[in-house]
Amino acid sequence: MKRYLPFVIVAVVALVTIGSGAMLYRAKKPHVLSIPEGKMAAKSGTESAHIRGNPDAPVTLEEYGDFQCPPCGMFATFVGQLEKEYDSRLRVVFRNFPLGVHEHAREAALAAEAAGLQDHFWEMHDVLYREQETWSKAPNARELFESYAGTIGLDLDKFRKDMDGEKTKERVEADRQRGESLGIQTTPTLFINNQPVDQKDRNPQGIRAEINAALEKKSQT
Amino acid sequence: MIYVVAAIVSLAGLADATYLAVQALTGETLGCGGSPDCFRVLGSSYARVAGIPVASFGVLAYFSVFVFATFAAFGYTRARIFLIVTIGAMFLATLWFLYVQAFLLHAYCRYCLFSAATTFLLSGLVIALPPGGDRSVS
Repeated sequence: MKRYLPFVIVAVVALVTIGSGAMLYRAKKPHVLSIPEGKMAAKSGTESAHIRGNPDAPVTLEEYGDFQCPPCGMFATFVGQLEKEYDSRLRVVFRNFPLGVHEHAREAALAAEAAGLQDHFWEMHDVLYREQETWSKAPNARELFESYAGTIGLDLDKFRKDMDGEKTKERVEADRQRGESLGIQTTPTLFINNQPVDQKDRNPQGIRAEINAALEKKSQT
Repeated sequence: MIYVVAAIVSLAGLADATYLAVQALTGETLGCGGSPDCFRVLGSSYARVAGIPVASFGVLAYFSVFVFATFAAFGYTRARIFLIVTIGAMFLATLWFLYVQAFLLHAYCRYCLFSAATTFLLSGLVIALPPGGDRSVS
């Protein structure tokens, strides 16, 4: 019996590891739903979504992002490349999904929405991601947000008022609730033509492949 | 006795690496236990090799250590050599990951530090082995 004991121990440990890993995976795997028709981003910015690119583009890349999340920051740079690459064939939609674990994420989302009320959402979006490392560590991030607002030419008094206003809070909350209703737990969560992008495809090759597949599908219809 | 201790320590490393691998596969690194630093490490390009989470290699490495330590404890002499080689490779990999965290990312992930501590402990146990091997159990 002693001869087989090490094999038995190793097999038990292997089974326990695989079993607990699989259970943990099932428990943690986000089940993100496709975006139902009633919740799709409109062609123009008539709703709360922020849209950049050709409104009639055949492909829509919708992101639920958190301004303090480093992968979202890296993804923002990549989206810039995609926009150049696909030009009028791609439109990008951004929705706020500030995670509670990030100290300044909600405030950053409010800053972006306040800039949006002066039609400078994307300028603030870009500067927030570009300067993410700086303001993420700052004790008073708001001061930096105000300096960014000044840099992109916003009316500072209105910006300050809007950051504390109900309208910006409602927009951030609406995006967050919408994300939660789709089963989103992490950022960035991406949708291409309303279909969630799988975790394994959240890399440059995977996203390009999904966009190309969506373009091909559109050209066939 | 040392092999038994090494096997038990490797189980702690195996649990940690499995947790990290699952996090990486589900995208949970992005939450990362509420720590922005942890998230900077696990979300970085150093956390994957050819698209595969580094933690998956950790699972494989700790499981190998467990297997070799168990067999060595039961008197399989060849397992002892495999154990030393595996832990040696893990020690070098740990030094690299600590360098990445300290000097390239300027951020530490607590799960990675736990894994580093586990590997150092395993390395210490291997160094403590008498030249002829630990015969106390076998």
